[in-house]
Amino acid sequence: MICINSEQVENQQKRKAIKCVVWDLDNTLWDGVLLEDEQVYLRKSVVEIIKTLDKRGILQSLASKNEYTKAMTKLQETGLQDYFLYPQINWNSKVSSIKQIAKLINISIDTIAFIDDQLFELEEVSFSLPEILCINTADLEQVLDMPVMNPPFITEDSKNRRLMYISGIERQKAEEEFIGSQQDFLATLKMKFTISSAQEEDLQRAEELTVRTHQLNTTGYTYSYDELNQFRQSEQYKLLITDLEDKYGSYGKIGLALVECQANFWTVKLLLMSCRVMSRGVGTILLNYIMNLAKDKKVRLRAEFVSNDRNRMMYIAYKFAGFKEIEKQGDLVIFENDLTRIQPLPEYMQVEIIG
Amino acid sequence: MEEVKAKIKKFLSRFFTGHEFQADEDIFALGFVNSMFAMQLVLFIEQEFQITIENEDLDFDNFRTINAMALLIKRKIPVVAGN
Repeated sequence: MICINSEQVENQQKRKAIKCVVWDLDNTLWDGVLLEDEQVYLRKSVVEIIKTLDKRGILQSLASKNEYTKAMTKLQETGLQDYFLYPQINWNSKVSSIKQIAKLINISIDTIAFIDDQLFELEEVSFSLPEILCINTADLEQVLDMPVMNPPFITEDSKNRRLMYISGIERQKAEEEFIGSQQDFLATLKMKFTISSAQEEDLQRAEELTVRTHQLNTTGYTYSYDELNQFRQSEQYKLLITDLEDKYGSYGKIGLALVECQANFWTVKLLLMSCRVMSRGVGTILLNYIMNLAKDKKVRLRAEFVSNDRNRMMYIAYKFAGFKEIEKQGDLVIFENDLTRIQPLPEYMQVEIIG
Repeated sequence: MEEVKAKIKKFLSRFFTGHEFQADEDIFALGFVNSMFAMQLVLFIEQEFQITIENEDLDFDNFRTINAMALLIKRKIPVVAGN
């Protein structure tokens, strides 16, 4: 009970949505201790929670002090092994296991929840990683009702999130084993990037992207479903959404741009890409597409940028694409591009424009 | 300065294999430069030469060629100029 005290319940109101739940095994996922008891018994309520969280697009992993092979064999018997990304089953501290999971999935600690039955583990984790949400196994029945475990909508992308991460792991492995330059590796992926005008069915995902994306986000502006729906139908705006797929499968809808179109100039209000595609170079392709459109329409192109401590890459992307700062108002930078130099598309990418 | 250029050249060769870079060659003309590469290039220069690249230094012209990058680095660490 130690972890969910009143202060933390209050904090929970301000908490970010949980992206990954990290489970303990002994006396949490199952009743009993694998290395001591003759038999351990999978908890039925736990199976229900795991499957529900998965459908909501919340990823899951394991941090257990256990013998790896024995634990994995047991997990296979339960049929649950595929639900856990990067399971950390070892004798290291749970703090280091959780840090490892955060690093491998590329999410921040404040979007992780940790479930364990041992007060010692819960206290150690919440002491070293105060941003994490700790949940005592005794309080498991509350998990599915917690606001942070309930994303506002469940999109196609959220339902498939785990599978997309798994194909991401395969890709990453292929990349690590690949001998040659990064460009050569990208060419082997046979990527297809699609840019389309957002349709009504894309809006939930679009809203989700504005809320979930921090690193590859030029302004961090968030818009509600209704606002996005207005932009989509307005002559004054272009709302573009992008898909990426390669030979390992789909990355889903991974990028979004909002362009405000005035008579003489356009302004890119928001340009974002999911971290999943960070090393794929697609943000620049979307930006180039917008630059080409503006050039064709003979309008000037501006872009807004609001820096946070993590989106420097987007600043560099604008600068290297030839944008120059023309105005600064507090944190807000206004860029303009004279559109004299637009890079051609990379050879390794097939680009399709819809709408 | 030559040492600085050699280090940059070595870094670039990781991205464009089989290409022998000239000091005045426009790397942006060689193919698509994406933001991941741009970020890695900036971070490499900052870490390798222990300098901070400010927003105003991030002009594309400062990164266009090995020579341009070396000049930027030289400007950022005057000590190198003395060598």
